[in-house]
Parts: sequence; structure tokens; C-alpha cells
Amino acid sequence: MEWETVIGLEIHAQLSTNSKIFSGSSTAYGAEANTQANLVDLGMPGVLPVLNKKAVELAIRLGLAIDAEITQRSIFARKNYFYPDSPKGYQISQYELPIVGLGHMDIQLENGETKRIGITRAHLEEDAGKSLHEDFQGQTGIDLNRAGTPLLEIVSEPDMRNAKEAVAYMKKLHALVRYLGVGDGNMQEGSFRCDANVSVRRPGQPFGTRAEIKNLNSFKFIERAINHEVERQIDIIESGGTVVQETRLFDPDRDETRSMRSKEDANDYRYFPDPDLLPVVITPEDIEAVRATMPELPDAKKQRFMSEYALTDYDASLLTQSREVADYFEAVAQGCGDAKLAANWVNGEVSKTLADHDLDITAAPVSSVALVELLQRIQDDTVSNKIAREVFEAMWKGEGSADAVIDQKGLKQITDTSAIEAMIDEIIAKNPGQVAEYRSGKDKLFGFFVGQAMRASKGKANPNTLNDILKQKLEG
Amino acid sequence: MSQADSIHTLSLKGIHDGVHTGKFSVMEATDAYLDRIERFNPELNAYITVTRDTAKTQAVDIDNRIRKGELTGAMAGVPYALKDLFCSEGVLTTCASNMLANFISPYDAHVAEKLKAAGGVLLGKNNMDEFAMGSSNETSAFGSVCNPWDVSKVPGGSSGGGAATIAARLAPMTLGTDTGGSIRQPASFCNITGIKPTYGRISRYGMIAFASSLDQCGPMAASAEDCALTLNIIAGLDGRDSTCMDLPVPDYTATLNGSLEGLRIGLPKEFFAEGLDAQVADVIDRAIKQFQAKGAIIKEVTLPNSHLAVPVYYVVAPAECSSNLSRFDGVRFGHRCENPKDLMDLYERSRWEGFGDEVKRRIMIGTYALSAGYYDAYYLKAQQVRRLIKQDFEAAFKDVDVIMGPSCPTTAFGIGEKKDDPISMYLEDLYTIPVSLAGLPGMTFPIGFAADGLPVGMQLVGNYFEEARMLNIAHQYQQWTDWHTQVPARFA
Repeated sequence: MEWETVIGLEIHAQLSTNSKIFSGSSTAYGAEANTQANLVDLGMPGVLPVLNKKAVELAIRLGLAIDAEITQRSIFARKNYFYPDSPKGYQISQYELPIVGLGHMDIQLENGETKRIGITRAHLEEDAGKSLHEDFQGQTGIDLNRAGTPLLEIVSEPDMRNAKEAVAYMKKLHALVRYLGVGDGNMQEGSFRCDANVSVRRPGQPFGTRAEIKNLNSFKFIERAINHEVERQIDIIESGGTVVQETRLFDPDRDETRSMRSKEDANDYRYFPDPDLLPVVITPEDIEAVRATMPELPDAKKQRFMSEYALTDYDASLLTQSREVADYFEAVAQGCGDAKLAANWVNGEVSKTLADHDLDITAAPVSSVALVELLQRIQDDTVSNKIAREVFEAMWKGEGSADAVIDQKGLKQITDTSAIEAMIDEIIAKNPGQVAEYRSGKDKLFGFFVGQAMRASKGKANPNTLNDILKQKLEG
Repeated sequence: MSQADSIHTLSLKGIHDGVHTGKFSVMEATDAYLDRIERFNPELNAYITVTRDTAKTQAVDIDNRIRKGELTGAMAGVPYALKDLFCSEGVLTTCASNMLANFISPYDAHVAEKLKAAGGVLLGKNNMDEFAMGSSNETSAFGSVCNPWDVSKVPGGSSGGGAATIAARLAPMTLGTDTGGSIRQPASFCNITGIKPTYGRISRYGMIAFASSLDQCGPMAASAEDCALTLNIIAGLDGRDSTCMDLPVPDYTATLNGSLEGLRIGLPKEFFAEGLDAQVADVIDRAIKQFQAKGAIIKEVTLPNSHLAVPVYYVVAPAECSSNLSRFDGVRFGHRCENPKDLMDLYERSRWEGFGDEVKRRIMIGTYALSAGYYDAYYLKAQQVRRLIKQDFEAAFKDVDVIMGPSCPTTAFGIGEKKDDPISMYLEDLYTIPVSLAGLPGMTFPIGFAADGLPVGMQLVGNYFEEARMLNIAHQYQQWTDWHTQVPARFA
């Protein structure tokens, strides 16, 4: 009998505020340990938290984008637990009344269908510091630079049925967070990370016991972790065991999840409303003010790309996966005036080269302006599409602008008919046998002559001109 | 010099005028108090830390600035003390706990900053119940404080050191804090004036938290006028405390002389019921009659849920403290146990060694009340009843302008008498706790002595942010009577 997987995700998105959620310290990443931790972050006796309004605004932005209810009076609560990187002995979070209520997001499945994923809630909270075990023999160092960094925890409904859906959901949310400017989504720095709740069941049966896999910070890991966890759970059940509710860690090196703590060991967090903070009151006017600053959302952008630029669903989907790629594409499309050409290049050569170098579009060495110049050389027949790829590669390596590369390497297409004629005459003279065969009806040999001519021109002959002249001479 | 011998009998205004007219210097005033502290503190134990050197440095500086005309305000040149839970930059700030016995604060509390900027001279830090948990000052890790009126009696708590300090004139003014009666009860036991303003009137920034939704700082001094002058300086908005209200601060001294003709005073019948010591009741009655004679209208009011206040308080306050005190974990500051064998050991032993019994008791009660499965029955229920208690007061204030009654059921009890009986200790705050739960302003002013010779204070409760009215009423009473100027003979 088959198994059905049930997945719900809790995603922590770091908010792009300049200062922390309850103190004035900077949130910049990578500073020397404890240089961005003030009295409040250190949890000194007597200090008090003051809410950063920007964090509230960013939470509302995300809430609006997922069509969620914004809570008019949300409450900060204390989550009590002892850990050295939690300086107050509690984390300020939200519990019963989170700022963002029920919402949803549509994801596209591999078969092209759309699936709606429910989002239970999103709440604001502060991040913890970091424990550093490596550099101190027999001791643990504490870096509180990250303590108090604002996070939005976005909790989905258990609506996903396989790892690919989970990845699609996470990618879509990742894009959304970046689109909205809610967070930078930097996964290496932990600005966007995910806990996955995974269980299996027979279709139609109630939910099985779930395991929570912690701290998945790449799309690759989440897919692998879920797949391994599903296998593990099925193995347990099929060999007569029962899955226990627990928290597990994914080990990407060994490709397995391992138990961190069971439900019995789980903390009783003793949540209660934080008496140091007033309820966050959000008026309909506040919400409208945020709505007025919302950028175009990915789904709307995709629709517009399809109608405005006559792109296919596939192209438009790819181009709107990130705001930066969409912006890059639009700049190129408008610059060269041929959206299809622009889409082919951005989804083709550009995205392939980015992937090869593991780079983000914002780090692409070929700017949209530079790409427009190259595409214009295709449009005015200076180079063929094929030669253009060679030019692009050189541009990527920093060898100069499109024109400069074409010039330096002498890649300008030969459109001068007399030069092409001379080349063809020479080829015909050198290959009398093939000419005879062709003329006696062996049409397929035409390709042979094209190849010879192209090689002679080092690929620079304008293919249309070359074809015309060759045909003329051979028939001649 | 004879003037120095009488500086301690002056009001804040008297000291201010003295240093501004050149009758005596700030240094002389400071020395006068430092000398008294040196002489009397060993028997009272009212101060944990005396900041002799910094006080003298400040005095020199302030003398200079007053001479140059840079400082003229009401606090300029006036010595003062602070309860030892206000963070004071560079000064030991212990909360009367072994946990913070070595804690030198890196910053000033908001109110400490205000008094410093106003030109006050910090004499030292007052003893208190550990982390402000107690009603007798006996939970201090630095020893009990003695009541200047009878050194075998407690001064009350938790601001017991402050109350003893004022009663023995070891400072003209100190700041205390009141969570369930910690300013009002010791003020009553020690024959001084103290006010706990409306919750949100004064920033809590830098005040080491006991129960955040209840803690409020307030002045303790000889008179209502001195409290008014102090409140003028410390009240008002501070962006570092989200619960501090953005409301204009009136000049509390401007209305001190308002008439009490027609003032409607409510007496909650629940505060005069069983449990109130008869000799205390007599003193209260006498004072009420004095108000009546001056044209006030006396009405009975009812606070039907007030009997629930103590149980509610002993859920809410411990719950908040159990969380507030989690930061004392031996990791970043405060006591750390020797040679911890692992993280758990570090936490357990540091906290076990650092906290005293009463603090541990409240952490345990609070942890229990917030636990899964008990939260609804305890914390949530307590918050609901708290709302009812608040509504009782709101209803009462529809008929009366202020409420009066005893601050505590008895006069000061003996040191050691209730130490092992927490319940009877908790009931000390029977009349002050409902006011704290409602967030209302409450004050205590001296109204005479009971048959046992010990002082009795009147509790005066105003409506929200009506501190000016309360100070006016107490000040007027202090124009007709001289209870507030009385000092035990030994400290006169």
C-alpha cells in the first residue's frame, strides 16, 4: 500500500531592518563578536525592550502579500528557556495573537498545476545569539551580535505532500520576501532558514506522528532531508515500530537526520504576555499606508510579462522567480526592443552562466546595459547568435564591451558577398567529386559545403548570404 | 559649625535655598549627611553602599556650577539616596542579593540620570528586601534593617532601607520602588512620606525588575512637598520604557496649597474590617476626623474584590519575576559558581548560591503558575480577577475624589517575628496590593502614633495620574500637623 507524506514548514525570515527589533544596535552581519550588542541585547539588569516599528511594517508587507489577516492588536509574549545565547533567559516572540493571521500562497507543481498552500500565521520574534564551540578549548564562546535581530516566523499549514512541493513553497516564499524587501533571504548567512514538520500516513487516514527537522538552510538540503526523513519513518512503521514525536537535525554530510530531543525532553516554554511591551495596535490606516508602498508581486508580474511581452508561461515563470532577474530582463527587453530575444538570453545564456559560477544575477559581470549592446549586434547582423555566445563569454570574463570584443577578436560577420563568393569558389574548386555528386542529385551534400564555407570564414560568414550564394554557385 | 548640625532637619527646599544663598556649601550639606551615615548606619544597616568619594567629587563640581549659575533647579545641591535596585553607573548595584554582590552597573537608570543631571548628590544605595521581594527588609543578603523608632522592629519592605534612611534623616530624600506596597508600607512603619505614582508615570528603565506590570518607582522623604519636588524631576516620558506614558508632567508643587473644602474622601469598608489592628484603626479615625473638620466629605465605598488581591498578586508577581530573574544565570554578570562541571551545573549552582530563600520561593511559585496546564487556572485567571479589582476602583471613583485607609493592618512588627511565616508576611500588603494591581497612584503620609508608640501612616489613593491632588491633600494635612517632622530622639 502506498504512503502519503505530510509536510508543514516553519520558515524564519530575517527582516531587513537596520537596527534590532528591541534595541538600537546594528543588525549588520559579520562584525567582530559582541561589538553589536548593547545593554539591551546583553540582557543587563534593568534594561527594557522598545519595539522597532520598521519590523512591524515589514511584517504587514508580507502579510498583505499572502492575503492574510493583519491582527489589529497583537501581543508579544515571552518564551522562557535557559540557554547561554539567549541572554534574558527568554525570547521575546508572539504566541496567542501573532501580527499576521491566516493567509495563503499558490505554488506551481511540476505538472504545471497550481496548488494553494495555507499559511497559518506569521509572527515577529527576536533571534538568539550564537554559541561558538570551536575556538575555545573546553569552553563555549558566546557572540550576541545576532541576539535581537528581527525575525518573521512564517508557519504553513500541513498542506504539502512531497519534498518537491515543500521546495516550491520555500522558493516562492523566498522570492516573495526578497521582492517585498522584507528580508535579504541570504541563506548562507542564515537570514532565511526553515524547520520542516514531516509525517507519513496512509491516504485518507489521520495525520501520523510528526518529526520536526531543524535549521534547513538550503533548497537542496530541505529536499534531501525530507526525503530521508520520509524513508526513515516508513521503514519504522513497516517494520512494526512507531514514529516518536521529536526534533531532528539534518546532517548533510551523512545525508541523514538524527534525533536532537524527544517530546518528553521538550521545554515547557511558559509563554505569557511580555509585560514590558504594549500590545501592537495596527489601524486600517496603517495597513493602507503599507499597501500603498507594495511593489508588484511575482504572480502579477508574471501575468504582465505574458501579456505585455507576449512571453510563454514558462519563460514568464522563470523570469519572475526573483525580482532582480525580472528587473534585469525588463531592462534588456526594453533596451533591445525584442522581448523574446531578451527572454531567450536571460533564461538561456545568462542564467546558465550564473548557475555555472554559482552567482546571483546582482553579481553578474555582464550588466543589462552591456547585454543590450550585444543583442543589438545580433539584431543588426554584426554577429550571429552563435558568435554572440562567444562574445558573451568574453564579456563575462571581463574582456570588454560587446563591440570591443567583436573588434578585438575580429568576429564581425562577413556580409560582403564578393568575399563569400571567393571563398565558395575556392571550395568548389577543391572538391570536384562532391560537386559532381551534389549536382547528380545528392542534396544532402549541401550541408557539407555549408560546413566547409563556415569553417573557411571562421564562422563569421552571414549564414543567409552564404546559403544563397552557395546554392546559386552549386546549381550554376 | 552649628549650621551643619541642623542641615539634616531641613526640607529639600531648605537645603536648596541654603546652598544657593551661600549659607552653606553643597560640600557641607553632603558632609553633614555622610557624617550621619557613618555614625548611624552601623546600627540601622539602611545603606548597602555609601558612595562617599563620588559624593564628594560631585559636591565639588555642583558647588562650582551653582556658583557659576549653571545649576539652579530644585534638586541642585541636594543630597539623596537610591534603593539598591536602581542601576547607578560605576556603582555597586546589588538588589540586596548575593547574585549581584559584585555587580557594578555600567549605566544609570533613567531616574538616576535625571537626579544626576538636576545636580543632586548621590550619598549611597539603600538596603532593601532581596530583589524587592519582602515586606520587612529581612530577606536582604546584606542583613536586616532596623526601624529607627524601635531597633527591635522591622522598617517594613521592600524599600525598608530607604524608609529607615529618611526616618533617621540619613538623607533628605531617596527613591524607592513599590510593586505591592514596597514604598507605602515601610513609609507607614517609619513615619515618613512616600508616593507610588500611577503605573507608567515614571520610566522603569534601569530599575532592576521584580514584577514588570506592577513595579513603579517613587520618592520617599519627610514631607509631601519634598516628594512633589522630586516627582517634578523624575516623572515623564522616556523612550526606553514602552510602558511609560507620554502625558504632560504638571508642576506638582504648584497645587500643594489647594483647598480641601468639599473634597470627597472614600473609605473602603473592606479596609476597615476584621484584620485591622484596633490601635491602628484609632489613629486612622482621628486623622479622618481632621479632614472632615477641614471641610472634606467622608463617604463609604466598597471594593468587593479586594479580598482577592493578595492571591492574585501572588500569582502575577511571582510569574513575572520567575521570567525577569532568568537573566541571572551566571553567564554574563553576577554570581557564578566555582568550577561548573557543565552548563546545567553552572545554571543550577549559580542560581542556588546567588538567590536567597524568598526569591527562590517566588521563582518556583511563578514557574509553576506559568507551566503548561496551569497557566489558564492561575495566571490567566489572576489577570481576569485583576481586571475586576481595577473595575472596583473605577466604580468607587465615580463617587469620590480620593480613597483613604490604612497602609497596613499593624504597626511595625518585630525582627524575626514573621520571617518563617510567609503567608502572614504576604498579608502585610493587604491594603496596598489592590492599588498596585489597578495601577493606581498610592501614597502614605504620617498621621501619628499608635498605643504601642510606633508610627502609623495613612494610605491615600488617587485616580489615575492624579498625583498632584494627592500631594495637595497630604501637604495640607502636614500644614495642620507635625507628625511628619517627628524624628526618633536618638536621630534628632
